[in-house]
Parts: sequence; C-alpha cells; structure tokens
Amino acid sequence: MPMTALTGSRVRERRLQLGLRQADLARSAGISASYLNLIEHNRRRIGDEVLGRLARALKIEAQTLSAGAEWVLVEDLRAAAASGGDEQPELDRVEDFVGRFPGWARMLAAQHRRLGLLERTVTALNDRLTHDTHLSQALHEVLSAVSAVRSTAAILAETEDIDPDWRARFHANIHTDSERLAVGAEALVAYLDAAAEDEEQGLAAPQEEVEGWLAARGWHLAELEEPGGRALLEPELEGLASAAGRAMARDWILRAEADAAVMPLDAFRAAIRAEGDPLLVARRFGVGVLAVFRRMATLPGALAGLVICDGSGTLVFRKPPEGFLLPRFGAACPLWPLFEALAHPMSPVEAVIEPAARARRSYRARAFCEPRHPAGFSGPELREAGMLIEPAVPDPSFEPRPVGTSCRICPRAGCPARREPSILLEGS
Amino acid sequence: MTAHVLLIEDEPNIAEAIRFILMRDGLKVSTHSSGADAIEAVRSTQPDLLILDLMLPGMSGFDILSALRADPQTEDLPVLMLTAKGQVRDRAAAERAGVDAFMSKPFSNTEMLASVRALVPR
Repeated sequence: MPMTALTGSRVRERRLQLGLRQADLARSAGISASYLNLIEHNRRRIGDEVLGRLARALKIEAQTLSAGAEWVLVEDLRAAAASGGDEQPELDRVEDFVGRFPGWARMLAAQHRRLGLLERTVTALNDRLTHDTHLSQALHEVLSAVSAVRSTAAILAETEDIDPDWRARFHANIHTDSERLAVGAEALVAYLDAAAEDEEQGLAAPQEEVEGWLAARGWHLAELEEPGGRALLEPELEGLASAAGRAMARDWILRAEADAAVMPLDAFRAAIRAEGDPLLVARRFGVGVLAVFRRMATLPGALAGLVICDGSGTLVFRKPPEGFLLPRFGAACPLWPLFEALAHPMSPVEAVIEPAARARRSYRARAFCEPRHPAGFSGPELREAGMLIEPAVPDPSFEPRPVGTSCRICPRAGCPARREPSILLEGS
Repeated sequence: MTAHVLLIEDEPNIAEAIRFILMRDGLKVSTHSSGADAIEAVRSTQPDLLILDLMLPGMSGFDILSALRADPQTEDLPVLMLTAKGQVRDRAAAERAGVDAFMSKPFSNTEMLASVRALVPR
C-alpha cells in the first residue's frame, strides 16, 4: 500500500501558497487551530462540511482539495488487487469504479487495510505460539500436573484393594499436583490476559506507529532543540500503542537529540545555505552524512523526504516526500540510488529520479551509506544507508532515471530490475 | 519370566502412577528421572520395553532415542514415547528416529496399559 499526499497535505500546500498562518485559516474556517494541524498532517478525516468551509477560506473548489483523496483511493485499490491472487479485477477501470461507486470503493480499500492488519496479527500470534518459550513452559507445566492427577485419581477410583500406604501416598500426590495445577493455571491466565492487552492495542507495525507520530508532529521535534527537551516528549510517547513502537520512537529521539546538539538550528541553516551539499555540511560539523540527512529532512517545514535502510535493504525509516509513493510493506524498488549507495559504503550517489506516477515529477536523490563495526575487527559490519529525496528543478536536457515504488504496483514495462510481475501489467 | 519395563520420566508423581499401574499388571518396573545418564541406565537395566518422556532434563527423549537406535545392542528395543498433547513436530521427528508408539499426556491408565501390553513380549 503506498503512502502519499492526502487531502490534508493539499490544504497545507494551498494555505502556504496564500501565505496564511494556520491560526488565520482555522479562524476563517471556524475550526480550532489544533484540529487544523491534525487535518494538515492527515491525522484526521475531513468531513464534507469542514472541507467545504476550508475550500471557501482557501478560495478553491472543494473537489480540488479532495481530488487527492480519490487518487489515494485508486492507489489503495491497486494495492488491494495486488494481494488479490488469481482473482484479478478490471484494473483498467479502477478510476471508473471509484467515480461511480465511491462508497463501495472506500469500503474495499478499508477492508484491504484491515486485511493487512489481520495478516500481521496472525503472523504475530503464530510467532508467539511457536517461539514463545514462556507459553510452552506454562502449558507443559499444566499438562504434566493434569497427567499426574488424572492417572493417580484413576488408580484411587479403580483399585478396590489398594494398600493403605499406597493410598496415602497417592492422596498426598494428588494434593501437591492440584496445588501445582492451580498455580500453573493462574500463571497461564495472567499470561494470556497480558497478551490480549497487547492485541487490543493493535498490532500495527511499530515502525508505522512511530512514523505516524512523527508525521503528526510535522517531523520536527522542537523540544529537542533545547537541552533536556527529551523529557518533555516522554508523555507523548506513552500515547504510542505498542512497547516496540515506544522503544523505536525513543531510539529516534536519542538520535535526533544528538543531531540537534552538534548541529544547532541556526548554524545548520547557515551551513546549508553556504555549502548546499550534505557531504560538505557533514564535514563542517564533523558528523556523519546520515546525521545531516536526518537533520535536513526534519527541519521545520522541510520538503525533503528521507528513507533509511539497514544492510538487508529493509526500510527502517520513511518520510515520504510530496508526491512520491513509498512502499508501506515489503521491499522497495531496486533501482533506487539508495541501494547503489548500500553496495558502496562511503561513496556518495546522486541521481535525478522519476517515480512511476501519472503526474510526471522528478526528484533529486542523494544517497550515502555508512558502515559501522560496533564490535571492532572481530565483529560484524553493520551498514546503514539513507537517501534524501527532494523535488528537482525540471531540466529538459537531462533524462531522469525511471524508478518505481515496489514491483507489484509498478507499471513500468520491460524493467530490467523487475523481481515479480506487476498487477498493472498482467493480462495487458 | 517377568517382563521388565524401564520408565524414564522426570515428573515423580507421573512416574509413581505409571509404576503402580504396570506393577499391578504383573510387570517389573524400574524408574529413572534424568536424561543425562539415561543411555547408561538402559544399558545396565537391559529392559524389555522403554517408556521415555520427550522432555527430560539433561538430554531430550529424542536424542536418547537416536543414540539407542544407533547402538546394535539397543536398536530393536521397543520404545513408547510420552509427549505432551500438540507436540506435532516433535512427534514427527521422533517417528523418523524410530519410535514404536506414542502416548499423549494426559493419558488414561487404560490406554497406557493397552500400549504397554502391545509392546511387551509375553
């Protein structure tokens, strides 16, 4: 499923075009500024009524604002079709479908998202049953006690001429085993209760949770610009549903805090203006290039997108730039400069890329990979690569590199890097 | 001659119950509770049937079974393995290693007796 610009982003874009402040727009649309902030970061659905008021205040057609949402719906349905197996719907008529049956289309997209969530839940539960040693130990303990009780009780019930000594022993055994059974059952119930709590909080991928939180914050954590600001974020982190999400958010915050400490906001902006090149900025501050990437992508109001992957190519951080779809699940397009950089640590890779979207837009991508050796010579090499993605100034004399989001939903025919057929090409 | 059963089971109360049932049925029963020296116990007791728990401290029933099957002296020894309900994968592995029969915990005494009678030469 792709991530992309939504209605909220269009509202923000239009407001900035008009040079309005959030507070001004919120007042003329009759909503609170904090609600508008949530809307602009696509954290709240916009009802038709509020959309109308916003459109009037922005002097724009309501349809133009929501047209983006329709496009997202189309992409969601494509993704749904991608997971549909052999039952392939009429993909060439997907826009027609969205236009004529918007309600059905929204329901289908919502079901597709729900399906993804459920699949993750099943995987997580499966993992838990297979690998959870605590659960299998607790079950084993209960089963052992039940076995002993069952056998012993049957002996007592069925053996009429049982020797008094034996009988006394078996009575004592049943007594200890039933105590053990009670403790074991209690432990099991407590464990399953705790597990149910985890599930209620949803098994949305923790990474998505963290990214959703950062997106709602506009990707910039202003608190970290001041010493000791990290503590101020702690209450917000408690709002994240999963423990894994909170842990990942804390890791991100620690890094962002360190980045902010060595590259103070004003000095960093000045360095960017003077040098313009992340590598040179990194040298000026004596930091890694990825630190500069992170700082650039999370400046207040930064347009730049950023993806970071580990040595396996798994995307571990995704800030989508406007109009550029990033894969939400699964692997990305192998043609991204990110992966070239991953294969050549410490060598800068720059390319102008054009994602496969109807609105042909090109982006300037700069990628860099930094290896680490946390255990020195004897330990493994860990790689981390980042790619900064910024809107490019169109240059007709230069042919951008065609890239995609992920093979399954990529329409590029004859791509040499394709690893699986695209649903957008199948049957055509 | 009285048939001799060796029972390797780390749960003392289960072991005691099984021992009682089999003795009442006229069998000679020895018990052993650790996996680590189980193979030595088999060699020294030379039983007619081995009842082996799958999950033992020291060495798993599966490893013990493999070792017994690799030794010409014990390769034909009938083995009844005790498993917990649901250990499907373990059972498949034990079957490949040459187990003669399974008994799932919690078992009924009648089932236990029937399995043992089927495996013990009389």
